[in-house]
Amino acid sequence: MPLVLNEEQEMLREAARGFLVEKAPVANLRKLRDERSETGYDQHLWKEMAEMGWAGILIDEEYGGADFGFVGAGVLAEEMGRTLTASPFLSTSVLAATALQKYGTDAQKQEYLPKIATGDLTSALAVDEHSKHGPLKTELKAEKSGNGFRLSGKKTFVSDGHVADKLIVAARTSGSAGDADGISLFMIDRQNAGIDVERTIMVDSRNAARIDFDNVEATGDDLLGEADNGYMALEGILSAGRAGLAAEMSGSSQQAFSMTVDYLKERKQFDQVIGTFQALQHRAAHLYAEIELVKSVVLKALQDLDENFGLAGITCSLAKAKAGEVAKLASQEAVQLHGGIGMTDEYDIGFYMKRIRVAQEMFGDGAFHMDKLAQMRGF
Amino acid sequence: MAELEAFRSSTRVWLEENCPDEMRDGIAGEEGVCWGGKKWTFTSDAQKVWLERMSAKGWTVPHWPKEYGGGGLSRDEVKILKSEMKRINARSPLESFGIWMLGPALLQYGTHEQKMHFLPPIARGEIRWAQGYSEPNAGSDLASLQCRCEKTDDGWLINGQKIWTSYADQADWIFVLVRTDRSATKHNGISFILVNMDQPGVTTKPIKLISGKSPFCETFFDDAVAPEEYGDGVSSIVGELNRGWDVAKYLLTHERDMIGGGGGGLFGGRSIGEVAVQAIGVDENGRLADPILRGKVAQADLDGWAFLLTLERVRDENKAGQGVGANSAVLKYYGTEFNKRRFELAMDAGGSDELEWEGERTNDGKGASDWLRTKANSIEGGTSEVMLNIISKRILELPEA
Repeated sequence: MPLVLNEEQEMLREAARGFLVEKAPVANLRKLRDERSETGYDQHLWKEMAEMGWAGILIDEEYGGADFGFVGAGVLAEEMGRTLTASPFLSTSVLAATALQKYGTDAQKQEYLPKIATGDLTSALAVDEHSKHGPLKTELKAEKSGNGFRLSGKKTFVSDGHVADKLIVAARTSGSAGDADGISLFMIDRQNAGIDVERTIMVDSRNAARIDFDNVEATGDDLLGEADNGYMALEGILSAGRAGLAAEMSGSSQQAFSMTVDYLKERKQFDQVIGTFQALQHRAAHLYAEIELVKSVVLKALQDLDENFGLAGITCSLAKAKAGEVAKLASQEAVQLHGGIGMTDEYDIGFYMKRIRVAQEMFGDGAFHMDKLAQMRGF
Repeated sequence: MAELEAFRSSTRVWLEENCPDEMRDGIAGEEGVCWGGKKWTFTSDAQKVWLERMSAKGWTVPHWPKEYGGGGLSRDEVKILKSEMKRINARSPLESFGIWMLGPALLQYGTHEQKMHFLPPIARGEIRWAQGYSEPNAGSDLASLQCRCEKTDDGWLINGQKIWTSYADQADWIFVLVRTDRSATKHNGISFILVNMDQPGVTTKPIKLISGKSPFCETFFDDAVAPEEYGDGVSSIVGELNRGWDVAKYLLTHERDMIGGGGGGLFGGRSIGEVAVQAIGVDENGRLADPILRGKVAQADLDGWAFLLTLERVRDENKAGQGVGANSAVLKYYGTEFNKRRFELAMDAGGSDELEWEGERTNDGKGASDWLRTKANSIEGGTSEVMLNIISKRILELPEA
């Protein structure tokens, strides 16, 4: 498969760009922040996105989705990364949709997928328990109780966790922290008894939550995939999320870079446009080259998810690591090359630095994924 | 799609039947290369047979048109051929500056007669070409070149000196940038001329490098002659007279593309992870035993893989046979800087063993010599700094001072 977008995907990109630039520019994120929005995203906007088929971009047509595949989802994520659009897209339309499509029972698919596609149901993935990502470190207990389970433990950095209708929770049904065996996934209501959610306001002004589970009841029907064998499924879901975040960061990097190059062409010092200075030109040119690499790895990961989902983990790690590292560089260079104005809250570039810092941390930073790749490649 | 699948299976069968076993060792480094040319000595019968069979099919230059000695394959077919060759670890049958540089320039700027005359011998590996670009006083500022070329009754008379002419001592012909109009501004009086090196007016002298090798030469032109035509309509000048800079620049994008990883086998051999594991070993968890080096190797491995995917993507975005334009500067810059980094890490991993310069253990310091050779990667074909200038000006459109 050639590493290029096809015509349909290009059209989706253009449509998405037009829509987002008009309806969801960075000013919207600023407004959500300043108004201390309860949800952290614009619910009307999400409804509009759902009407365009974005909420169900990964969902089969029989469940009301657009069935555009991961490359399509990545195109949307990248465009949302350009405008820093806050929405439940990653948690619900990428993570939950992937979880249900790939590992859900027919009953679960029928119950949830159509509602996700219409934008009427949101979900959040609760995986991490510590400040650094590590699905294997899962300790939250799910103990057998009658026909069901009781969940106890805590989760952190749960994106959309304070507003989502459903939570997909990684829990330990056997074994101990560090074991791949013994992890199970449950999809439960956020409002179940025993769940205590603390919204955490993050540096990027987006949603996250710390969640305590105290003897929360889950039935056998709430299991997503097999008990004890949930690790592979969790990794599959995370792969989709990592590729989605990589695509988002690619968009954010490109936009921050483009704003910076524009600034270099405008700003005058020493009676010259500062873009004439070779010291700055070379920094910009180097960053351009790095961003070109990001585009390649992101598209490869998305194509792999579409073509061979089970084996896509490695290129999703590649994409997450490379996109995260370059996005950090892009945001740092953006602030430095803007100079003083880049430090002001009034100017938008700081929002990119903040979101990138969060996105590169989520589901494993560069170090996490490079370690993983090194192990896969025998060192 | 069915046609492509049919092409894949027939190609697989043909390669199975025609690629000699000795040519299936996948050597991509300098020692495995067949450069061809009149002075070439085949390292084995298998190398000769492999070249003959492949060139008979036009597969030494699979994307060139058939009438010029190529295979006439589409871009997808070329990809399939490459992947099928890789599947059996087949060596490339022929590499040359004719294939990488002069060929594309002739295909773009040459007349039909020039193509008919010069391209098939390149495809068959019969004529080996050298590149006469840099001069002692024209390096990064290539357009300031001074090599004189004047019209006389016998044709073109050439006087001057070129430097960094790779393998000129083993080449048969040379394409040369010469100044044909000394009154014009510096980019406008340059012509691109083809010269037979088998004449008293052309001499070469190898330059010994820090690597101990002499891949480059100085080439001297003392009343060297090129006729106006090598046959009916076969002008010795490519493109228009005094417009050679256009040809030169176009050719440079191919050279950069090649150095950046296209045809030169820059990424041949083992991955840096494998090299490091062999040198240092792993700990009880299977991790490279030096944790700080492991981090650097992992980062390099990541960037190398991302770069290879970028080569693939940039090519996919272009039509078959066309160059990659200003993006060649990106590939050249990143690929050569990456290669230097990779060899620095190999030296870090190798420790004192890799520092032995003579003796059988290191094959006379091959590792160290290869490491030193990579330092030229980011100088030849335009320095990294010139590549960053090109990206700034042509892609980012940042203003000139």
